[in-house]
Amino acid sequence: MNGHLYLWLIPALPFAGFLLNGIFGAKLPRALVTAIALLAPLGSFVLVVNAAATIYLYVSRCSLCGPPNYGWSILPLIENYGSWINAGFLHIGFSFVLDQLSMVMLLIVTGVGFLIHIYSVGYMSDERGYWRYFAYLNLFLFFMTVLVLAGNALVMFVGWEGVGLASYLLIGFWFQKTSAADAGKKAFVVNRIGDFGFLIGMFLLLSTFGSLTFTEIGATLAANPDMQGGVVTAIALCLLLGATGKSAQLPLYVWLPDAMEGPTPVSALIHAATMVTAGVYMIARTHTIYDRSPFALLIVAIVGAATAFFAATIALVQTDIKRVLAYSTVSQLGYMFLACGVAAYSAGIFHLMTHAYFKALLFLAAGSVIHGLGGEQDLRKMGGLRKHMPVTFWTMTVAVVAIAGIPPLAGFFSKDAILYAAYQQGTTGKIFWFIGWITAGMTAFYMFRLWYLAFLGDSRAETHAEGDSALVHARSDTKLTLEADHHHTPHESPWSMLGPLVILAVLSVIGGWIGAGRFGAFLAPAVGAKTAEAASNSLELILTALAVLIAVIGWFIAHRLYGDNHGEEPLAAASFPYKVLSHKYWVDEIYNALIVKPILALSRFVLEMIVDFAILGGIAWLLAGSASFGGALLQRWQSGNLRSYAAWLAAGAAALLLFALVPWTTVLANIGIHLNTAGH
Amino acid sequence: MIPQSWYLLLSAALFSLGVIGFLIKRNLITVFMSIELMLNGVNLSFVTFAHQWHLVKGQIFVFFVMVVAAAEAAVGLAIIIAIFRTRGTLAVDRIDLMKL
Repeated sequence: MNGHLYLWLIPALPFAGFLLNGIFGAKLPRALVTAIALLAPLGSFVLVVNAAATIYLYVSRCSLCGPPNYGWSILPLIENYGSWINAGFLHIGFSFVLDQLSMVMLLIVTGVGFLIHIYSVGYMSDERGYWRYFAYLNLFLFFMTVLVLAGNALVMFVGWEGVGLASYLLIGFWFQKTSAADAGKKAFVVNRIGDFGFLIGMFLLLSTFGSLTFTEIGATLAANPDMQGGVVTAIALCLLLGATGKSAQLPLYVWLPDAMEGPTPVSALIHAATMVTAGVYMIARTHTIYDRSPFALLIVAIVGAATAFFAATIALVQTDIKRVLAYSTVSQLGYMFLACGVAAYSAGIFHLMTHAYFKALLFLAAGSVIHGLGGEQDLRKMGGLRKHMPVTFWTMTVAVVAIAGIPPLAGFFSKDAILYAAYQQGTTGKIFWFIGWITAGMTAFYMFRLWYLAFLGDSRAETHAEGDSALVHARSDTKLTLEADHHHTPHESPWSMLGPLVILAVLSVIGGWIGAGRFGAFLAPAVGAKTAEAASNSLELILTALAVLIAVIGWFIAHRLYGDNHGEEPLAAASFPYKVLSHKYWVDEIYNALIVKPILALSRFVLEMIVDFAILGGIAWLLAGSASFGGALLQRWQSGNLRSYAAWLAAGAAALLLFALVPWTTVLANIGIHLNTAGH
Repeated sequence: MIPQSWYLLLSAALFSLGVIGFLIKRNLITVFMSIELMLNGVNLSFVTFAHQWHLVKGQIFVFFVMVVAAAEAAVGLAIIIAIFRTRGTLAVDRIDLMKL
């Protein structure tokens, strides 16, 4: 293909937006900040679409180059922008790769990212740190596109760390709130554990393959068919640790629910649609390694299935609208890991795509609800919003039906593809299928529970704004104060927020219609085609019917329990299982007691008591003490008394005279002491 | 003829008187005069030895000392006046701080 597609422009545009808004944002008029912030992701999206269209319409015009290439067959495209590290055998360059996988991800990241930027204009309109917010958001898009485009693991790691930084900054956006600042720190620290795995994985890759470039690793593996297990398994498991950190899987999922302290559009973009799917993307990107290690794949599947089930059970009883969605995200990411674990990468990416649509929509609709209620997040204080917020209600309904897996909406197709792929994986696959199937029922239940509690029945909103929410706290503009005064009359959000909702709702409906089969065929050159066992159509039909059945059952139970909707928990709220779930299995407390507290105590003892207090403090005290002791001693000579100086002077002179004039050798010889001098 | 040792004894006596005066007197001007006394005691020794060895170097030293003493008297008296103006006293025991 002639010429470059200038892939570097895709991340460069948001980075330029970040620099402009980050440096000058405080001084620029708000309209200009908005324009910069929106044009950057729009430009990236246009570039991605342009790249896709250019490739799709491309026909090789060179008749001498053998058979002509058409469209997608020219992928992957690799663009190099010079070398980064050259040391011995180590050659690492700045390279971007565009293939089917990164193209799908780029379309999601920039497309959904652009919609959420638009939404944020309305949502954050009363925010004092408006420019700062958009600077961070553009920074996130920069790092995310770098992560997706990366042609080798190190460039991917740059994006990987960068999105972590942007996530930290945005979770702690309302840093005046202790809980928000703590949540940001927690996300950062937990992700460090995962990054440790990623780093070790990269070192192992280097020592095994001598390269970090994905295509070279794939070529080496293809050339050595007997390269299996052993170090390959170790690499895969280390990379999996990295993926569990970023994608909030067991056992590192704990940061994601707390990350809900950030602004809701951030939860939608970073903590639902894009960043948290980076782990899935990374596994799909390095699938050549995972394909050689059945054990690592089994671990991936176990992690995914366990997380999906575990998080879904917690989501059943949460009362904070964003927390329900957060645990739901963890659970859905578990599905994607399960798909990767049964080597159905394209099904995982398919679910990633549809999930990006409906989960972003769910979060944005929840944000619209929170906005309309002046900052209320407690489901028990909502209800009856259908009348007040019709657009939000209908778009939310689409999203709920989509995630519940009811045809013909997007979530049905992708979840069905994952469950079907799992079922074909022998006996263990049947177990995974069963877990996923039960989880699908729970998904339908908790989503419809949220839907009934928030939108149907009568309003349970309190007549007075308590002012205990992030929004009310963080904003002090007069407009919001007015809104808070009218707290008891929920209102529909502005169209800058509803527009993205409608577009995402349309995508949530039609997003799955491409079908898992065609989507998988499209992705096959990038992630490999799963060699599907010959499965009968009737089996597929039965599985589909079962999946729909359990979704409907979940809906039915939610309807029976919450349909009349008085806001109380109809389940026996005092019962033990309920308590376990509402306390999230006490995982945070267990982690605190088993990991955080011992590390804190150890560092208090070793670092604070020994290193800081004893060693560093001791040295400092020794120096200071000797100086002050010497000072106290020498101070007496500096009395300032002129005559004492003179007396010392006279005494000194007298002593010198005595030394010089008295013939000491003779004197001593007379009293019997002979000095050893030459000649004796 | 007066023996040389007498000159030297007188020189030592003058110097010692100067040292004692420097050590025991409290008035700054008296202390200052004691310094002059010591200088001139030393001068006498120089002249004596120059005469004994028939060397002119000793006498030249005396002129140097007198020149330096004159300069020192001018600077020293100026300092003493300044001290009296700022502190209102010339008692050396009270003048034991650099700062006012």
